[in-house]
Amino acid sequence: MMQKEEFPLKKVCLICAKGSLEDVYAALVMANGAVMEGIETKVFFTFFGLDAITKRQMNKLHTATVGNPAMRMPNGWAFPSLLGAIPGVESGVSAMMRSQMEQLDIPTVPEFLEMITAGGGEIYACKLAVDMFKLKKEDLSSEVKDIITVGEFYGLCGGQGTQIIFT
Amino acid sequence: MAQKTYAGVVLDVTDEGYMTDKNLWTKEIAIAIAEEENISLNDSHFAVIDFLRDRVAKGETLTIRSIGKSGIVDIKGFYQLFPGAPLKLATRISGLPKPVSCV
Repeated sequence: MMQKEEFPLKKVCLICAKGSLEDVYAALVMANGAVMEGIETKVFFTFFGLDAITKRQMNKLHTATVGNPAMRMPNGWAFPSLLGAIPGVESGVSAMMRSQMEQLDIPTVPEFLEMITAGGGEIYACKLAVDMFKLKKEDLSSEVKDIITVGEFYGLCGGQGTQIIFT
Repeated sequence: MAQKTYAGVVLDVTDEGYMTDKNLWTKEIAIAIAEEENISLNDSHFAVIDFLRDRVAKGETLTIRSIGKSGIVDIKGFYQLFPGAPLKLATRISGLPKPVSCV
């Protein structure tokens, strides 16, 4: 009989390319969860994902109220797309979601970034996207370790027991 | 289920080494579990341990965030006291069940 060998996960490299509340939190929860398990963790923010590490945007992430089939009213009814298109609705819904997350002890975005780096995780911004959005290092959270190229990020992803996760 | 002897006491522990009865926990047991992990406990460790045991006794879910907000230790300090996977390690040393939170 074949002996089943287990290779524990040693390092995770996460790529966050989207800037909606749920996409950013998926990356942050996965990253912090890995740090909590003692797994080496690197997170690479690119394209709209950069909003999560941009000081001006990080506290104002939205969830889409239009074109989001999983969006529901608090009572479980379908959320009409036309309602979602009304100015202010998306902000209101997003603020509501953020307050519900606070009640569940889910950290805010800046706090999450701090928690990840406090545990030894590393946060990077994509150079191409930073240039494209005309951002500078000082526009980004102080938790960002560096602005690096895709090649440099892959260089950090080596080693046995490493996984790259794209959220 | 397994059994382990810490500080001369035979205890039931889970397969992952968490004590099954937190009421049997003593400081001596904590010191013995910590030694297994090459940690020598000092007053800062015990301040965290007391906090964790107190929170669990109140029925609260332990999160890294709540420890950071406790005023006893910040998150960076928590990782330094219990290196690697601090919440799992600290609860095991505190004689508490394995934490079930994701944050």
